[in-house]
Amino acid sequence: MARIIVVTSGKGGVGKTTTSAAIAMGLAKKGHKTAVIDFDVGLRNLDLIMGCERRVVYDFINVVNGEATLHQALIKDKNCSQLYILPASQTRDKDALSKEGVEKVLEELSKTFKYIVCDSPAGIEKGAHLAMYFADDAFVVTNPEVSSVRDSDRMLGLMSSKSRRAEQNQEPIKEYLLLSRYSPDRVKLGEMLSVEDVQEILSLPLLGVIPESKSVLNASNAGIPIILDEKSDAGQAYADIVARYLGEDKPHRFIEDKKGFFGKLFGGK
Amino acid sequence: MSLLDYFKTSKTSTASLAKERLQILVAHERTSRHQPSYLPELQDELLNVVRKYANVDQDAIFVNFEQDEHQETLELNIVLPEDNHGKKPKR
Ligand SMILES: Nc1ncnc2c1ncn2[C@@H]1O[C@H](COP(=O)(O)OP(=O)(O)OP(=O)(O)O)[C@@H](O)[C@H]1O
Ligand SMILES: [Mg+2]
Repeated sequence: MARIIVVTSGKGGVGKTTTSAAIAMGLAKKGHKTAVIDFDVGLRNLDLIMGCERRVVYDFINVVNGEATLHQALIKDKNCSQLYILPASQTRDKDALSKEGVEKVLEELSKTFKYIVCDSPAGIEKGAHLAMYFADDAFVVTNPEVSSVRDSDRMLGLMSSKSRRAEQNQEPIKEYLLLSRYSPDRVKLGEMLSVEDVQEILSLPLLGVIPESKSVLNASNAGIPIILDEKSDAGQAYADIVARYLGEDKPHRFIEDKKGFFGKLFGGK
Repeated sequence: MSLLDYFKTSKTSTASLAKERLQILVAHERTSRHQPSYLPELQDELLNVVRKYANVDQDAIFVNFEQDEHQETLELNIVLPEDNHGKKPKR
């Protein structure tokens, strides 16, 4: 049986696709056979971030509609043999996905994969609902910013009432906070919500903090998941996140301002 | 004093403002999440009934839904105008 992880946020542009690509690669590199699915039908982007855009032949919708087999549609990652990508359709609209169709694909993947990572589209409508509906774990990607925190809370509400686990009265989805685009120096200056603030509001266990980092854009320019840039802070943050998710004990990093003295001078809490 | 000056001079950081606003908003949204979806319509119809008898404002009605382990309660609060007790408004 596979473990199904949804990467979700409600709000758009907070780093879901960046995160999906990174953690899928991280899990695969740890030796776990992993599939990552782009649920953003009509706005496919995961293929670009994973650097496999020119190898897309069939997509998720083709599989759902029986126009291609899963085997034909899955793209084997060029960096890691344990990782496969199922791209979204670029031409169809999101109504092409149905609960039954998604369930069928997830069930088939579950037979051979250890982890299935679902990259959710933004919003709280059909695409986002289907991406989280079958999930066992949820990685809630949040930016330290009011609208993102509010939308994350909205998404948490939906997962606790409209997921399969909720509807069938099973153990609820395990939800984790991934606080992304964090700037410790701005937190010190009182310009940005701190990780404690966000945790207090959302009451979620923290899986990791991903710093605001220039290396993320460089990685996406090249089509290489950021986690493969082992020298970068964001890459290391994602490696920690994967390790923590797998049960390793890793102290949190990237929360403190490196300019310690400067920060103390301005006395954040 | 402009809003910008306020941010500059005030000891409250914008981050703590954000936190305070979010705490209030999120608490409010969490309670309304569990409300039955007919609530706004109910509120509207109740208001129309009341208005047959008293000249109340749109915002003079307050509906609160609460839920605990044992029961669900609907609390209704209608503020009547001071001047026209019992008087039927022109329709
Ligand atoms: N830690 C980071 N530091 C700097 N930039 C980042 C970071 N994480 C993500 N970004 C940038 O933010 C933008 C949005 O990221 P991404 O596409 O992953 O978000 P998304 O949540 O998937 O968006 P959508 O809701 O549109 O699907 C991208 O330009 C990405 O490079
Ligand atoms: Mg995305």
